[in-house]
This record gives sequence, C-alpha cells and structure tokens, in this order.
Amino acid sequence: MALKLASIFFTMILVDNYVLAKFLGICPFLGVSKKLDSAVGMSLAVTFVMVMATAATWPIYMGILEPNGLAYLQTIVFILIIAILVQLLENFLKKFIPALYKALGVYLPLITTNCTILGVTILNLDNGYNFVESIVCAAGAGIGFLVAMVLFSGVRRKVEQAVVPKCFEGLPITLVAAAMTSLSFMGFGGIVTAIFGV
Amino acid sequence: MSKNSKMKILTNGILNENPVLRLVLGTCPTLAVTTMASNGIGMGLAATFVLLCSNVAISALRKVIPDQVRIPAYITLIAGFVSVVQMIVKAYVPSLDKALGVYLPLIVVNCIILGRAEMFASKNSVIDSALDGIGMGIGFTITLTIMGSIREILGSGTWMAGLGGLIPSLGADFAIRVIPESIDSFSLMTSAPGGFFVFGVLMAGATWLTTRPKKAAKTAETEEGGNN
Repeated sequence: MALKLASIFFTMILVDNYVLAKFLGICPFLGVSKKLDSAVGMSLAVTFVMVMATAATWPIYMGILEPNGLAYLQTIVFILIIAILVQLLENFLKKFIPALYKALGVYLPLITTNCTILGVTILNLDNGYNFVESIVCAAGAGIGFLVAMVLFSGVRRKVEQAVVPKCFEGLPITLVAAAMTSLSFMGFGGIVTAIFGV
Repeated sequence: MSKNSKMKILTNGILNENPVLRLVLGTCPTLAVTTMASNGIGMGLAATFVLLCSNVAISALRKVIPDQVRIPAYITLIAGFVSVVQMIVKAYVPSLDKALGVYLPLIVVNCIILGRAEMFASKNSVIDSALDGIGMGIGFTITLTIMGSIREILGSGTWMAGLGGLIPSLGADFAIRVIPESIDSFSLMTSAPGGFFVFGVLMAGATWLTTRPKKAAKTAETEEGGNN
C-alpha cells in the first residue's frame, strides 16, 4: 500500500509531470515563472487548491453524483467547487499574507481556470483511484508543478539575457527553452517503476 | 462600412488576433492534442461550438448578469455548453472522445473562451459576438490543424490518421502516408518536447508575419508584445 502510494507520488512528480509531460497549467507556467519567489508562491497556492479540490470532489462524485446517475454533471459541479475554494483562498491570503497576495496579482483568481486543478480531479476518477490515492496523486501533481516552475524560472533567467532573432524574442524562445527542459524530464521515464517495482 | 467592420471581426481571429499565436490563450490543449492533425480539427470544432454558444449567451445576458458575479456566471454557462459537447462527442464520435480524453472537459477552463467572454462578448452585441466566436474558433482550429500536421508528419510519417473517426465514410484506418515507412520517423515530435518546440517556432513565425515591415504600407504595424 505504502509502496503504491509512493509510486503514485513520484510518478506524478518525475514521469507524468503535469506541466512538462501532460501540458496542463501552461498559462501560469509561462506567466509566473519569471521570478523565483512568485513562482514558488503560485505553486504552493496551486498545490493547496489541488489537494482541497480533490478532497472535496472525490466524495461528492462517489457519494452523490455517481449513485444518483448524475455523472454527466461532473464538469459543472467540479468547476463550481474549485471556484469557491479559490475565492476562500483569496480572502485568506488577502487578510493574512498580503505580500504574497500582491505578488500573485491577477494569477490568483486565474487559478480557477488553471487546467491542472480540474484536470487532476477528473483524472483521479478516470484512473479509478481510491480516496487516499487521489489525495496523494493531487499532492504529487502540485509538487511536480512546483519543481517544474522552480527549475524553469532558473532556465528563464539565462534565456532572457541571450541574444535571439527578433521574431523569437519573448515567448517563442521561452517555449523552445521549455522544450529543452521537458526533454530533460523525459530522462526520468521508467525510473519510478525501476525503483518501486509497482 | 458596417459590412466591412463585421467582416473584420470575423477575420481578426485568424491571423492578427489569432487566439493561440498572438493572444497566447488556450495553450494547454494546443500543446496536448496536436499529436495528430485530426485531433486538432476535432478539438478545434468542439471549442468553436462552445465559443459560439457561450459568446451568444453571454452577450445576450450581458445586461442581466451583475458585474460582481460575472466570472462565476460565465464559467457556469460555459460548463453547461461543454457538458453538451461532451455528450455529443461521446455518443457520435467515440474515437475522438478517446483521443482527446481529459482535454475535452477541460475546454471549460480554456482561457480563449473565458477570455473572449470577458474581452468581447460582455461589451458587444449578439451578432458581433457570434462572429467573433466563429472567427476565433476558426483561428484556433487552423492553428491546431497546422501544428498537428507538422507534428504528425515529422513524428509518425502519416497525415490525417484518425480522420475516419470524424468522417465514417473514409473508413477507420484512413491515413495519408507522407514519409515512406523505410525512413525512421522522428518520434520526439509527437512527445512533449516536440510540442513546445513546434509551438515556439510557429509563434515566432506568426510574430514575423504580423510585424514585418510592409513594403507599401505607410503606417508601421503597432508592435504587439508577445508576452502575456
């Protein structure tokens, strides 16, 4: 059991990294990764919302929607739950950590439309994970997001000083750099199965 | 004049304000589903349908929805239309449903749709919003198809494989072979790094097309920053 949980956790961070392997959450990845501290703050906020959202949506789907034949309402219900959670987080940060609230700026309300969150809640159900596995998977996805953001903010600092052709300036060269980062993550393929043997 | 401006709204989304390459919205599905050209078409059409419906509905309700709760209201409307698309695709094009997977429900959080609702539909008439939705949808579909074609041809050597799922009369294993099987395909293109790379190059191409100095034009194009 513990082995399976550890395997899920590390797979989400290294092999199935949401940003670099599954292309979820690209907007904040490109938007907030310019500065290291806002990248960390954003990732922690995303991780928090991800775990909370999974903890809320799993029981609602399994307990209310599925038994009553309302599974088709999944998308609508999930997005509303996520919107409420983000609103709560926003109020909390505004009151207790105003510095982080300012640093995140417009990206905080945008967590609602961050596809990693809705993605992780839906994928957990698609994969047939139980409640504990879902929570571990969500935490792993959040940490994976953090790792990708932190690594990439370092890469980006170097890229921004490089001299590139005019039409590649800004986002295009950043995307090419992201391709290289994602290439390096491909090297982790198979590592988790080899270590945990699950 | 008025006919011209209507036409302009429609064509704006194709190059000048291309949602993916110029406004940099909706990048996640762009990168994720474009391993095959046919997936790009399917995703583009699904998003166009949602975009058109949500733009029309939001524009019609723009005076009714109070300003403070507009975002939750928009999201709920969009989620409703996405559920409709999900059910239609599941029932009639099951192969596309499998290929798009989780990215189909994720149209809800596609920033193009909420972005156009906020930037355009909440301020303009129903007809203009419908045209904007169609134009943006076409721009999205074209970009996805081009990107899918590049990645599919380089990555697996075929073109339009899986189109049989969309058009049943073509048969399930329809595919055009572009690069002969004797040449090893560059499979990196269909995996994650290839997605980022092709997207970066395409975006550079679009920037070059829209900002290069025109020979005849007197007014230099105002330079739009590629940054968000």
